[in-house]
Amino acid sequence: MKWGVVVFPASNCDLDAYHLLRDVLGEKVEYIRHDAATLAGCDLLILPGGFTYGDYLRPGAIAARSPVMGAVVDFAAGGGPVLGICNGFQVLTEAGLLPGALYRNSHLQFRCLETYVRIESSSIPFTGAAETGKVLKMPVAHGDGNYYLPEEKRLELEENGQIIFRYCDFEGNIVREANPNGSVDSIAGVCNRAGNVLGMMPHPERAGEKILGSEDGLVIFNSLLEFYGNREVRGGA
Amino acid sequence: MEVTLKKEVHDPQGSAVENSLKSLGYEAVQRVRVGKYLEVELEAPDQNEAARLVEDMSRRLLSNPVIEDYSYTLEEVRRQ
Repeated sequence: MKWGVVVFPASNCDLDAYHLLRDVLGEKVEYIRHDAATLAGCDLLILPGGFTYGDYLRPGAIAARSPVMGAVVDFAAGGGPVLGICNGFQVLTEAGLLPGALYRNSHLQFRCLETYVRIESSSIPFTGAAETGKVLKMPVAHGDGNYYLPEEKRLELEENGQIIFRYCDFEGNIVREANPNGSVDSIAGVCNRAGNVLGMMPHPERAGEKILGSEDGLVIFNSLLEFYGNREVRGGA
Repeated sequence: MEVTLKKEVHDPQGSAVENSLKSLGYEAVQRVRVGKYLEVELEAPDQNEAARLVEDMSRRLLSNPVIEDYSYTLEEVRRQ
């Protein structure tokens, strides 16, 4: 199994994702450039955080139209697992791979802090190693994490089980104060209908080692390894 | 071209500007919305083709239909 980390101009969490996969989890991983025509045989893809193209026009908008995205869309359509983190989530919504849109935090502030999210569904490959309702501590660092979609679409996501993470307090209660950006219904992460594309604002790749204050993010990578690699879950939460 | 947040989408920038105007004493202000203004220069044989191109690029890149609306006007500029 090989992981690919897609690198756009001004991605900046590509290093974090690469480090976690290679050094913490001992996985095979390689970078894939934004102008690559193919995905170099990777089995799992990560679109990392950052400020691609300076967030010009809209966050993720320009990266979503870059050459490699054709291959990413094909990969996702074929059932390949794609994880978009922070700016990667924005890229996936802009590319039409995930529903909704992410825009300016309702309070206009950039927020860099520890958050708690509750797993709302563990029936997808990204959360299968955890239980629904489990609370994870992971950092956020963004100015445009305010998730929006029209009410009827939100209900549709809810019905389909596509809402995967909601911001909560440390006990798992969905309260307004725990929502760092004003996102609708405290949504922190959603997947596509098929369940193979996940976008999330919190950073699991920055919560994979004790020294970083949390290992809770590992459950996402371990879930993927368990599902796609048929391997035992190792380390962490 | 103007790109604006759909009217049902909360506009945090607009609210901040609105509050600032009120703090300056403009009590007449009821609502402020902040949008984007873009100028695109392009070559096209006629206005119809120019409009078709602008519509196409608006849908594909310049606006996000989930949260934004767009409108535009065309102006003919002769090549120097």
